[in-house]
Amino acid sequence: MSALPAYASPVQRVWYYAFRVIVGLIFFFLIAPILVIIPLSFNAEDFFTYTPGMLALDPEAYSLKHYRDFFSNSDWQQAMWNSLAIAPSATVLSVGLGTLAAIGLSQSHVPFRRAIMAILISPMIVPLIISAAGMYFFYSRVGLQGTYVGVVLAHAALGIPFVIITVTATLVGFDRSLTRAAANLGADPVRTFFKVQMPLILPGVISGGLFAFITSFDEVVVVLFVGSASQKTLPWQMFIGLREQISPTILAVATLLVAISILLLATVELLRRRSERLRGITPQ
Amino acid sequence: MTNTDTNDGFVVFDRVQKSYDGETLVVKDLNLAIGRGEFLTMLGPSGSGKTTCLMMLAGFETATHGDILLGGTPINNIPPHKRGIGMVFQNYALFPHMTVAENLAFPLEVRGLGKSERETKIKRALEMVQMGDFGNRRPAQLSGGQQQRIALARALVFEPELVLMDEPLGALDKQLREHMQFEITRLAHELGITTVYVTHDQTEALTMSDRVAVFDDGRIQQLDPPDVLYEEPKNSFVAQFIGENNTLVGEVVEMKPGDLCVVRLDDGEVIDAKAVNVHEVGQRTKVSIRPERVEYNKERIPEGAHTLHAEVLEFIYMGDIFRTRLKVAGNDEFIIKTRNAPDQVRLKPGQKIEIGWLPQDCRALDA
Repeated sequence: MSALPAYASPVQRVWYYAFRVIVGLIFFFLIAPILVIIPLSFNAEDFFTYTPGMLALDPEAYSLKHYRDFFSNSDWQQAMWNSLAIAPSATVLSVGLGTLAAIGLSQSHVPFRRAIMAILISPMIVPLIISAAGMYFFYSRVGLQGTYVGVVLAHAALGIPFVIITVTATLVGFDRSLTRAAANLGADPVRTFFKVQMPLILPGVISGGLFAFITSFDEVVVVLFVGSASQKTLPWQMFIGLREQISPTILAVATLLVAISILLLATVELLRRRSERLRGITPQ
Repeated sequence: MTNTDTNDGFVVFDRVQKSYDGETLVVKDLNLAIGRGEFLTMLGPSGSGKTTCLMMLAGFETATHGDILLGGTPINNIPPHKRGIGMVFQNYALFPHMTVAENLAFPLEVRGLGKSERETKIKRALEMVQMGDFGNRRPAQLSGGQQQRIALARALVFEPELVLMDEPLGALDKQLREHMQFEITRLAHELGITTVYVTHDQTEALTMSDRVAVFDDGRIQQLDPPDVLYEEPKNSFVAQFIGENNTLVGEVVEMKPGDLCVVRLDDGEVIDAKAVNVHEVGQRTKVSIRPERVEYNKERIPEGAHTLHAEVLEFIYMGDIFRTRLKVAGNDEFIIKTRNAPDQVRLKPGQKIEIGWLPQDCRALDA
């Protein structure tokens, strides 16, 4: 928003400042809960509250013991490795299937494309608990309940809508004459896809993949239903931990997850900008 | 360079029809033979079927009926990527994520050429379009005219025998367009490639082509070299579409030997004309006269020719020519063009004059 012009009326002046205050409050509302837990995770005591020592900034009141606990406790370690195995697998599956689906559904000759699109996107719209319960009954019957494959498939189903939406949005800007040009220059459809279409829709694919990854990495409801104790992920362990033993280790894990999310988002955004610049769309 | 060997064409459309919805034909019974090395332009208003013909030739549309032959073999069942036809697209269709050199390397890589061979060909193609120093740029860093040249170089770099161009100059400004018209014709003739060029710009068609196919309503209305097309249009659509044209409506009252006839215009005046596609007395006709073939200088009007009374409505000075609007036989959009010569008379609005023309310049066409 630009500076207030000289001819602004009193109402405009009031709104000019009120607008900034409102925006600030919204940011605060969104970020405060996340920021509050970060100092708490360095608490030297096993409490969820700020101790007088912490408020006095006494170095003795801070410690890394909850982080130490996270990296030494076998329950947390198993959960971490499970998350690190399940989320990338689900992401790869979502990206592959979602991208293909988006490309297929962007062709005008496909019959019932709106209906198919609606079905594929439904996991995003249907309440999670309903999807989770449905998956539980279905997966139990086909023997996927309580297996890694089951959890990966379930998370992939949740991630696909994000990939479809972002890739479809990128395909809208994709010039169809480029695939014609590639064919005219002698490239078969497979080569055209990998050399021309894929590089150009890559930013959309990357964004979709990121969303799919975060969805799986943060997901607790479906994994509670579809998974068993041996597939417990970090959110699963946090949820169980909150119910059974209230330990600030959860805060340490939460802080780590926030850090990972920020890092991931920043990296992917940088990559995306770079590839967007490379394809010469944004002015330099 | 005109190749009149049309019986044994390099590209042949044999009774080709195309319908998108199964009901209306966009292309109706197209028969066309294009000679090797010929520069043929498909000209017509939008929706006349010319672009559809080009797309069928490139393989992006399939003919509903009939055969398309390339070098004697039917290509209906050959997918576009195996046809080996070069094409310049309307919006250039350069790959934005590749540099200019990579764009040009694309068709060569597909064909499995080695690195050094690729580089030689790319260099030669870029020099051909005077873009030798631009190999490392990306398409987005080039101006419209430069992108156009690269698109041309990419269509030529793999040395196809046939190149298709779909309104390639539409997005350029007038001066650049004229320059590129010249460049494209020069290259096409130097390299001896067969070119099929689609445009709706008649000036482009006239200046570039060996032959022009005028399309309307899914049919070729006339297929002739530019001069024949302009001077001897076969029907009133072609007369109207190519160049500026004056039309007078009337009825044939007398057929004369030597393809001449006498036409009585609707206001009762009588003129001589060449009977092009009128055959009998009593037929309705549209008489077509080019603005630059109209004479009002009495000494130049041939002996015994019928003349018409005209009133000057408007005189426009255009530098090289004078453009005068007249009211003739009830038509007040009658234009004449005269060269700006030192002895040329400048007409004034309101002036009454007599106009005439050589009978062969006045063509009686279908109404």
